Amino acid sequence: MNVLVCVKRVPLTGGRITLTDDQRALSTKHLGFTVSPHEECAVEEAVQIIEREGGTVTVLTLGPSEAEEQLRDMMAIGADRAIHLVSDEEWDAQGTAAAIVAAIQGDETAHELILFGNESADAGNYQVAIRVAHALQRPVITGVKALAFDLDPAHPRAICEQEVAGGRDVYEVPLPAVVAVKEGINLPRYPSVPGRLRATRKPVDASSPPRPAAQLEMVRLVLPPDSGKQVQVLGRGPEAAPAVVEILGELGVL
Amino acid sequence: MGVLVFVENVEDELAAQALTFARGIGDGAVAPVTISGDYAPAAWGQTLADIATERSLDAVVAAGTERGNEVLAHAAAILDQPFSANTTAFTPGSPPTVTRVRWGGSLLEEAVLHASTPLMTVAPHAVVPDGNPVAAETVAPSHHALAVAPTKRVGATSTDVSLQDAPVVVSGGRGVGSAEGFAIIEELAGLLGGAVGCSRAVTSAGWRPHTDQVGQTGTKVAPDLYIACGISGATQHMAGCKGAKKLLAINADGEASIFAHADYGVIGDLHEILPAIAAEIRKPRGA
Ligand SMILES: Cc1cc2nc3c(=O)[nH]c(=O)nc-3n(C[C@H](O)[C@H](O)[C@H](O)COP(=O)(O)OP(=O)(O)OC[C@H]3O[C@@H](n4cnc5c(N)ncnc54)[C@H](O)[C@@H]3O)c2cc1C
Repeated sequence: MNVLVCVKRVPLTGGRITLTDDQRALSTKHLGFTVSPHEECAVEEAVQIIEREGGTVTVLTLGPSEAEEQLRDMMAIGADRAIHLVSDEEWDAQGTAAAIVAAIQGDETAHELILFGNESADAGNYQVAIRVAHALQRPVITGVKALAFDLDPAHPRAICEQEVAGGRDVYEVPLPAVVAVKEGINLPRYPSVPGRLRATRKPVDASSPPRPAAQLEMVRLVLPPDSGKQVQVLGRGPEAAPAVVEILGELGVL
Repeated sequence: MGVLVFVENVEDELAAQALTFARGIGDGAVAPVTISGDYAPAAWGQTLADIATERSLDAVVAAGTERGNEVLAHAAAILDQPFSANTTAFTPGSPPTVTRVRWGGSLLEEAVLHASTPLMTVAPHAVVPDGNPVAAETVAPSHHALAVAPTKRVGATSTDVSLQDAPVVVSGGRGVGSAEGFAIIEELAGLLGGAVGCSRAVTSAGWRPHTDQVGQTGTKVAPDLYIACGISGATQHMAGCKGAKKLLAINADGEASIFAHADYGVIGDLHEILPAIAAEIRKPRGA
């Protein structure tokens, strides 16, 4: 099976977020970058699928030239090749979905399965996978925490479990399909040193698509008011235990 | 301005919030609907798209739940309109602007919505319900060629106190040090009738299952008390526990970010502090 996985480069924000002076981005001078946990799990899932069934994994990102780092990271854990849509600009979800569709147009049948993370870590738009599915006229399942296949050649299907209150809903969808997964579907492997070396030699197909006008146009970012909390230090070390238990009593949780 | 409101469940507090938001964005005219039959996201999205078009409604709103976001994303794809997920505010205008949640709530975004039919979900607890009763017209789902519906429901409804609903959550981070280290976290959770939570550092290390993870990509909790042990307080972790009424942080580093979010703090080694708290709780009262 050939699998395409779409990922996004995001900063590792740590304990607090700081904005740039124009308030249009996070100040990332001192930050590392990663792909969101949901997407890292999507790549791990794709790699496990081809280890079982054979095929290839292509990882795609829309992002700045630095996002090649994330593509190499994903190739280090087993993706075979990458598509890099290079852009320094902020794209909205409609533009992103259209660019992904355009990038694989003419080659749609090459990917029986397109995987996404359920929502991006930063923008959290909850819609790119669904828009891509509609454009390609494929079924789509989101929030997937377990994925299996019945590859009967006449009716190949994906069996997807979606977490809901009180259990998991099981969907059976014909392939080709689009699936958005969540962290927890697997535990992603760490890249090995040979994996990292191999990744440097894997092909990255880079292009720079023009950005359409944003329909949901970000104007500025705003930090929510901080909690305004003033911590009451109950003590240091085990001697603080009686003070803690007194508070637990006051809070009525004993 | 008529606003179509997708109501998943009239009993749900979040539905009341979404309706309140919808009444506030125009002249107050709302058309709340629930959709009959089994959940089928693409077909339900088509249903909303059809109703919005047939009845010439001006906007589509739902609660920012998993299903609210999913169904509105389908409707937006079908109508080829922008969709603002997890919106906290709407300012009318031509074009209107919205404020919406990013980074699981750690950041807000102000954006212009260039739409003929804006679609928006409402971030949970961004709006205080106006107190009007929640009622909705039940409509039949439209047909969509790519619609899929669940074939069955599986899975354990565990009898343990569930993380999401527990009144107390005792959560461990990298500072716990090992899977075995969670024995003292479990012990304290047991004594307080609470549930065990953890940070992503812990699930990544394989010490706890992902079902225990609190945060942006884990479970969001809002207990009466959240006890964070050996957790640094990364924004993505706080996205999952900032709804807690009270937060007690236990951390060896007095400068850790977690203390900026805490009501109470103890500075020191959790491996000494937690057993001492458990022993103190076990002491006979009044002794
Ligand atoms: C997109 C994205 C999504 C994410 N989603 C989540 C999420 O859902 N949930 C989540 O938790 N994280 C999430 N993360 C990861 C997050 O950024 C942090 O890396 C993670 O929360 C750190 O976990 P931690 O606090 O346990 O570990 P650390 O940051 O390593 O902190 C460990 C803390 O333990 C203290 N400590 C050490 N030893 C002791 C001791 N003996 N006694 C007391 N204290 C001690 C240290 O002082 C330190 O403060 C996400 C990251 C990204 C980029």
